[in-house]
Amino acid sequence: MEKRLLLPILTTPLTVLNKDAMLINKEQDVVPFRNRVKEYAVKIGMGLVNQTKLITAASELVRNMLRYGNGGETIIEVISKGRENGIRLTFSDKGPGIPNIEQAMKDGFSTGKSLGLGLPGTKRLVNEFDIKSKVGEGTTVMIIKWKNG
Amino acid sequence: MPFLFWNWKSGKRDLSTKIFNTAKMEKIPILKMGQFLLVTIQIDLYDRLALNLEADLIQMVRKTEAKGVLIDISAVTIVDSFMGRIIGNIANMCKIMDAETIVVGMQPAVAITLVELGLPLTGVHTALNVERGMELLRKKILFNGKETVASDTDYTLDSSE
Amino acid sequence: MFLRKKKQIIDLWMKNQMADAALREDLMSNEDIRAQSEELLDALLRKLTDEGLKDIDTIDFGEVFEILGGISITRARQGFSSRETGLYIYSLKDTLMSILQQELKDDPIQLYEVSMKIGRLIDTFGIVTFETFIKGREEVILRQTDEITEISTPVIRIWDGILALPIIGTLDSARTQTVMENLLGEIVNTGSSIAILDISGVPAVDSLVAQHLIKTVSATRLMGAECIISGIRPEIAQTIVHLGIDLSNIITKSTLENALKHAFSILELEVRKKGFVNKNI
Repeated sequence: MEKRLLLPILTTPLTVLNKDAMLINKEQDVVPFRNRVKEYAVKIGMGLVNQTKLITAASELVRNMLRYGNGGETIIEVISKGRENGIRLTFSDKGPGIPNIEQAMKDGFSTGKSLGLGLPGTKRLVNEFDIKSKVGEGTTVMIIKWKNG
Repeated sequence: MPFLFWNWKSGKRDLSTKIFNTAKMEKIPILKMGQFLLVTIQIDLYDRLALNLEADLIQMVRKTEAKGVLIDISAVTIVDSFMGRIIGNIANMCKIMDAETIVVGMQPAVAITLVELGLPLTGVHTALNVERGMELLRKKILFNGKETVASDTDYTLDSSE
Repeated sequence: MFLRKKKQIIDLWMKNQMADAALREDLMSNEDIRAQSEELLDALLRKLTDEGLKDIDTIDFGEVFEILGGISITRARQGFSSRETGLYIYSLKDTLMSILQQELKDDPIQLYEVSMKIGRLIDTFGIVTFETFIKGREEVILRQTDEITEISTPVIRIWDGILALPIIGTLDSARTQTVMENLLGEIVNTGSSIAILDISGVPAVDSLVAQHLIKTVSATRLMGAECIISGIRPEIAQTIVHLGIDLSNIITKSTLENALKHAFSILELEVRKKGFVNKNI
């Protein structure tokens, strides 16, 4: 009983303040997408360094989506948790999927002709990083960058 | 029109135009300044544009027999792993072709992000701004004994008097 | 039942609080305490009707929790101790109990039941109070941490083209971030080409701290400036080598003085005594 009463104080809920979706099909969509992310980051008052980290992470993930997943959908959300505001980006493609996520998250691993630091490097740039992938169905990556993260 | 189209064309560019004929082809201008080439990137690059720059620049180094390449990225707000790789490639290619590459004017936020990303661009020479970059290039070329006309006073810092 | 007795409850509660040695008149006036207590009691008694008392577990005390939370947070900020804040809410228990005793002295079974319920409710309130109190304190700490990070990373221009940044205290990732931002920003502002990072004030260097240092040096180099690390004490050198950390790509000097000398030589500067002529030239 007490648990139910105390619950609202113990866990701060995550609320979505704003939501925007964008389709990425070709390379030229990348720059407008980055600009859109920047717009939202500026709107919530994110500092320049964090903005740059977020947009760079977004750029990496969009490229992965184009290269391996043949494009897909991105969702930009302004979220808030307690007093902290942030940006959540979701990238979902219907590509071949990643067979071994653990391996893909290791520094120095790459299937394509990139440097092989896409995913782990991207993870270091953001506050929260979540990847789900099913072979044959596609990959979904979610990242969160807090305003003061 | 934000860009100057320097009247230089190569077969390479025509090829890429064919691949991407739907998009308006933007080009990064490459300026020749004495023995050096100066590239000022004024916009955030997408992949194709960066790849074209790489090809164009190497061709230009060959054509002008430039001894040094200065890439000014002070207006670039995002450098991701792909762009970083292109910069590294350009430096290495130029090196093979006997030209030094210096990247100048990187924004603090970009530098922090690159380091966090795990891409410290080791092997690429950097300088604070175009002026310092020029100084460094002259020094390096002189050091390598490539320049025949030695100019003793040019490269010392102004703070010593 | 309680509603009728509200005036009596508040008076008694106030009396209990006044009698308490923990009362801090220096932090809060009696009027303020009374107003605060009345607000809380109002909210509580609106929910705690006679019917509500029978089925206490299903009542939603959200509003009460909110007021309670507000009270403990303000108290935390005002500098009350956790004990004082706890006693504040537990003094309400005594008050309610004595009222119950008067009201239900003829019916011991009901008195027992209601007392148990009230007791449990106030205990819950107590937990909430402590939680929010700690949260309030944490906020204070967090704000202070921010302030410390802000003021503890001064970037000093010690020469034309040379910056120095003494780091005092532990270097964690948040701190590294601030250090990097300040240093890199200052490099751009002053057009300096050498930065000296003095770590004499860093108590210990483990692999994580070393990693942060390497990051800072790498970022400085990307900007086109050189970064020298100075103030490496013998024990720090020992740990660095024992941990197998590779600092061979970084210019390290034992003292700030040596770092400055090195910086002069990079900039091809010469500092000499007035009138002194170097015969070697």
